[in-house]
Amino acid sequence: MPPALINANPVVYEKKERPARSRPGDAGFDEYSTELIDQLEHPYSLEELKVITEDAVEVDDKRSYVRVTFTPTVEHCSMATIIGLCLRVKLMRSLPSRFKVDIKVAPGTHATEDAVNKQLNDKERVAAALENPNLVDMVDECLTPSYE
Amino acid sequence: MADSTTISCVKHIETYVDSSSSRSPSQQDASLDALAKLLLNDIITLELLVREMEMYLTTTDNIIRARGILLLAELLTRCSSKRVEDKTVHSLVGFFADRLADWRALRGALVGCLALMRRKTDIGAISSSDANAVAQSFMQNLQVQSLGQHDRKLCFEILECLMDSYPDTVMSMEDEFVYVICEAIDGEKDPQCLLLTFRLVERLAQLYPESSSSLASYAEDLFNILGSYFPIHFTHPKGEDDAKREELSRALMLAFASTPLFEPFAIPLLLEKLSSSLPSAKIESLKYLTYCMDKYHGNVIQEQHKPLWSSLKDIVLTSAPSSLTAGSRYEDNKVADEALVLVQKLIQQDNDSVSFLKLILNDADVNMTLKNLSNYNNYDDIAVTDKQRLNAVSRILHVSAAASVASCNAIFQSVFSELVNGLQSTMQEKDYTPGGLKFGYLYVCVDLLTACSTLVKPTDKTYLDKETWCTMLHSFCPLLTSSFVKTMKESTLDIYTHTGVRGLQILASFPANFSPVSKSTFEEILVEFTSVITLKFNNASIWRFVLNALVEIGSLIKKSDDSEKMASFDVIVVEKMLPLLSSDDLSMPFSLKVGAVSKIGMTNLKYMRKIVQELNTAISTNLQKYWLDGNSNSAEHAMLLLECYVDEVLPWFQNVKDNDNVPMHFALKIWNEIEDNTMFFDSLNDKKLLETTMNGMKRAVASCSEDSQSTILDKAFSILSSSTSFQVDESMQPAEYSCREEWIISLFDSVIIALRPKTQVKNTEEILQIITRALSNAHIPSAHALGSLFNKIPNDSLEEAMDITFNKYIVRFANGNGDNEIGVSNLRLSNVNDGLVTSDAIVVGLAWVGKGLLMRGHEKVKDVIKFFLNFLISNRSTSSGSVSSSEDCDDLTRAVADSFSIIMSDSEACLNRNLHATVKPLYKQRLFNMVMPILLAAIVKSDSPIPYKSMMHRAIAHVISNTPLSAIIGEAKKLIPLMVDGLTILSEDGKNRDIVYNLLLVLSGILTDKNGQEVIVENTYTVIMCLNKLVFYQHMMLVRETAIQCLTAMTELPYASVYRFRPEVLQTLSRALDDPKRSVRQEAVRCRQAWASISSRSLHI
Repeated sequence: MPPALINANPVVYEKKERPARSRPGDAGFDEYSTELIDQLEHPYSLEELKVITEDAVEVDDKRSYVRVTFTPTVEHCSMATIIGLCLRVKLMRSLPSRFKVDIKVAPGTHATEDAVNKQLNDKERVAAALENPNLVDMVDECLTPSYE
Repeated sequence: MADSTTISCVKHIETYVDSSSSRSPSQQDASLDALAKLLLNDIITLELLVREMEMYLTTTDNIIRARGILLLAELLTRCSSKRVEDKTVHSLVGFFADRLADWRALRGALVGCLALMRRKTDIGAISSSDANAVAQSFMQNLQVQSLGQHDRKLCFEILECLMDSYPDTVMSMEDEFVYVICEAIDGEKDPQCLLLTFRLVERLAQLYPESSSSLASYAEDLFNILGSYFPIHFTHPKGEDDAKREELSRALMLAFASTPLFEPFAIPLLLEKLSSSLPSAKIESLKYLTYCMDKYHGNVIQEQHKPLWSSLKDIVLTSAPSSLTAGSRYEDNKVADEALVLVQKLIQQDNDSVSFLKLILNDADVNMTLKNLSNYNNYDDIAVTDKQRLNAVSRILHVSAAASVASCNAIFQSVFSELVNGLQSTMQEKDYTPGGLKFGYLYVCVDLLTACSTLVKPTDKTYLDKETWCTMLHSFCPLLTSSFVKTMKESTLDIYTHTGVRGLQILASFPANFSPVSKSTFEEILVEFTSVITLKFNNASIWRFVLNALVEIGSLIKKSDDSEKMASFDVIVVEKMLPLLSSDDLSMPFSLKVGAVSKIGMTNLKYMRKIVQELNTAISTNLQKYWLDGNSNSAEHAMLLLECYVDEVLPWFQNVKDNDNVPMHFALKIWNEIEDNTMFFDSLNDKKLLETTMNGMKRAVASCSEDSQSTILDKAFSILSSSTSFQVDESMQPAEYSCREEWIISLFDSVIIALRPKTQVKNTEEILQIITRALSNAHIPSAHALGSLFNKIPNDSLEEAMDITFNKYIVRFANGNGDNEIGVSNLRLSNVNDGLVTSDAIVVGLAWVGKGLLMRGHEKVKDVIKFFLNFLISNRSTSSGSVSSSEDCDDLTRAVADSFSIIMSDSEACLNRNLHATVKPLYKQRLFNMVMPILLAAIVKSDSPIPYKSMMHRAIAHVISNTPLSAIIGEAKKLIPLMVDGLTILSEDGKNRDIVYNLLLVLSGILTDKNGQEVIVENTYTVIMCLNKLVFYQHMMLVRETAIQCLTAMTELPYASVYRFRPEVLQTLSRALDDPKRSVRQEAVRCRQAWASISSRSLHI
């Protein structure tokens, strides 16, 4: 019996329509990469839940810097860290290694904001998390649709 | 009867009946087949068989009994065309009918009954009393819905068979039978069975007369069962359901319409579903209603008119498209379309009482919309909802008017005069502005006119003239015409002008004997259209629209064979258009002139002939001008004319039987021009016109018959030989051609290229001489011509031709001194000696000859190939010592290597099917098999410097990338190392990028093939290393992308063979993530994920 959902009935938004890009190099790197990550609790993608939006991704190609700000659906969302981890793994796999990636919870949207931010941006804790086979499996499962 | 037969027979029976698992189903089927064969060949009789089987048919063991009965039933099914005594049939059917009570052995009984009932009378069938017995037993014993799917299906088939073959029996049972059917089909869910049940109901309704009390009393029950299936909708859609859904829906519709007794139940149900929110349900109900209208009685329907109209109106008003466009307006709105079809049907059905039409004409919404027309001042100001409403009303009026003459009369009477007056008033208002025209009037008028034109058929002549609508149209015609013309000419908005043009086109499309639109009106319209074509070319959209209207009018006249109108069209349109081609007026773009004239011409052969003459004259005048003074304007005109000729006129004539040799006259005309113009401007450097002319010549000659081709060839040859510089003299020095000579030789080559294989070529020797000489001038079309000639000339003269070409000319030119040594292999040495002036061209020529020979499958191609291979292989060994030669070997060696590309690839310019090449199937594979072993051996042995090796790889790459993939995969084992080497070496030079790309595509093809993968596994290391390098190939994005895709495909290989390369590949890919091209980066991300997840425990990022 799975545990009861924390936010059983979330508001679902329409996905943003993106025109197909064909011109090379006309945009940053990662607006595609955050599209289809499944949130664990819900069959909707993070974008449909407005956990992550294109505006919340900041890319500076010249200075090799990316900042992602995401918004959990409810304040005490237990999935905030795993969402952040998914985002980080996805970006690590999609970006050249020169990029520095910062992942933050949007200010004021989560009960333990600081703790989550600290956890997500601590290299060693991320590495440790990725040593955990259960966690890695879970992250991989979440990311599979984004590679299709 | 021999004992052995009986024994084998018993053995077969036992095999079939045995239900233990020791017998496989295929064994049982085999014994069934064997028994059937024995029966069919009269080796055993049915009676004997039944006697042998007695025990199995009557045993108390349920399973064995069931198998036994099934065996007998299956045998009867298989012997359905064999004659059996009536007596036997009678007793058998009695047995099976009786067995229907035996639910444990039901399957066999059902199959047996069915098999017997389906027998034809001439080979022994059951009597009606037998049928009655079956029916009675069926009714007493069977609860159809409690059976399995297959058994239910058999039951329905029995019922169907009863109704089809024994209607009398069924009729005599009346109520009982109908009740049984009701009971049997109630609650059915399987699509296949449903199809049968729908058919059962339909058949039942046909069988019983309408007045029959039994059907009437059960009609409601029956319909309640049927109605619950409407609309057909699968809740669990699977793949191929769509076709099945269509089929089911059709069967249900037939069942609905099968008897008028269903009418009181069906119409309310369908009306209710009309208001469903599901579009598919709406479409279905509309379709059903339309179909049922025919079958049910009209007067009953009349009572339903009011609810019908109100729901139909709602549908059309809400679902009509809101975009108003002239012309093909009835785009994909299925709901509205179906609703309009139904409206038309309803009007047609009650033509006498016009009650439905009255509903429409008195409808408040319709009238309101018509009144509001005067409020829609400017098109852009009309609100979207109003546009939709306008469109809907306009379409309703359209279909109503088109329904019948009477309805058209009624509609004209009630609305038309108002519309025309409205139209007129907006034209005459003082503050009239072209944009301010009241669009609504225009729009509805044109729609009504369209409806009228569907009522007029060219076949029935004059009786229409007395109808009200005709008289009204007659009186308003001048007014309409002037309004439309004014709209067309003065309005600035496309939508207005298009609607105006459309109105005029409809007016002009009425047949000549239709008096309401007079001949003068028709001519006036044509004059207006023609003036738009000649004057208003700046407005592209209206120009094109008017041209299309003219073309449509023209083809309509042609179709209806309307001599009176054709005469007017001739004088007004065609005569005006033709001079456009030759006029010097430069204000109108020439391309538009050519386009307009050719399009008009295509409507009628008569016009086309005139136009062809005009085109020929125009082409020759323009060519003359160009030749004389290099006039670029004339060149451009000539090019347009020639393109039009090639793309439009010649293909058009190919479909016309009586084409008067148009292509031949065209070709001869050009040759005549060349003959007559001996003075050419000196510096004609526009190669494009020459190319276009050559292309025209090729296409024209190619579409000629053999005889005409001979005529053209003779003409061309006579001109060629009259020119002195083509005289073959002994010195054999390469000649410089003047412009005229270049034209002559190029066009001559075109003629040769397009010849049919059976066309007689005289003077082969001279032609060969001339062409080879031209070839030494690096004249590429001559190389094409040479190839074509070798591809097509008959076998007996081929030897001689080879002799002439190789020994006398090519070798001589190459050697420069008329060396007596014979054989193509001499060429190489002389090339090195001779400063390489003409050798490149000779190589190209030879390559085309090789291609020609290869395509026809001639042995001699081996000589040519051998020459190329020798050159590639031995050149290296002789000069490998000297450092300097490795640089200047390039040009010629590259030409030789590239000749393989010429030989293998398909060409547009010559040697293709359109130009009548002789093509033997699989010629590419043949070359592949011929060349590859030699090249492989050579390259393995060689230890020569890279430039030479690269040339060999170049040749190999050409061969590989043009060979069909299936042939490559067969040889993949040997080829893969070679391809990898080739990719590595060729990728060093950016100029080779196309070759690299083609080769990489072949590699990716191998990678995606199952057999290919097995070979790749053996070479994983080299392939991956090679791909890793190509991921950074600077010169072509596609190469990088494909290389990464190949790497992704590599992950499909067995884990053990690719796992150890993971770190290297991931490292490569992490750099590829920084690629400047987006698509490459995306592929890299995908590929990285694929490689990272081949072991997901340690991601290594």
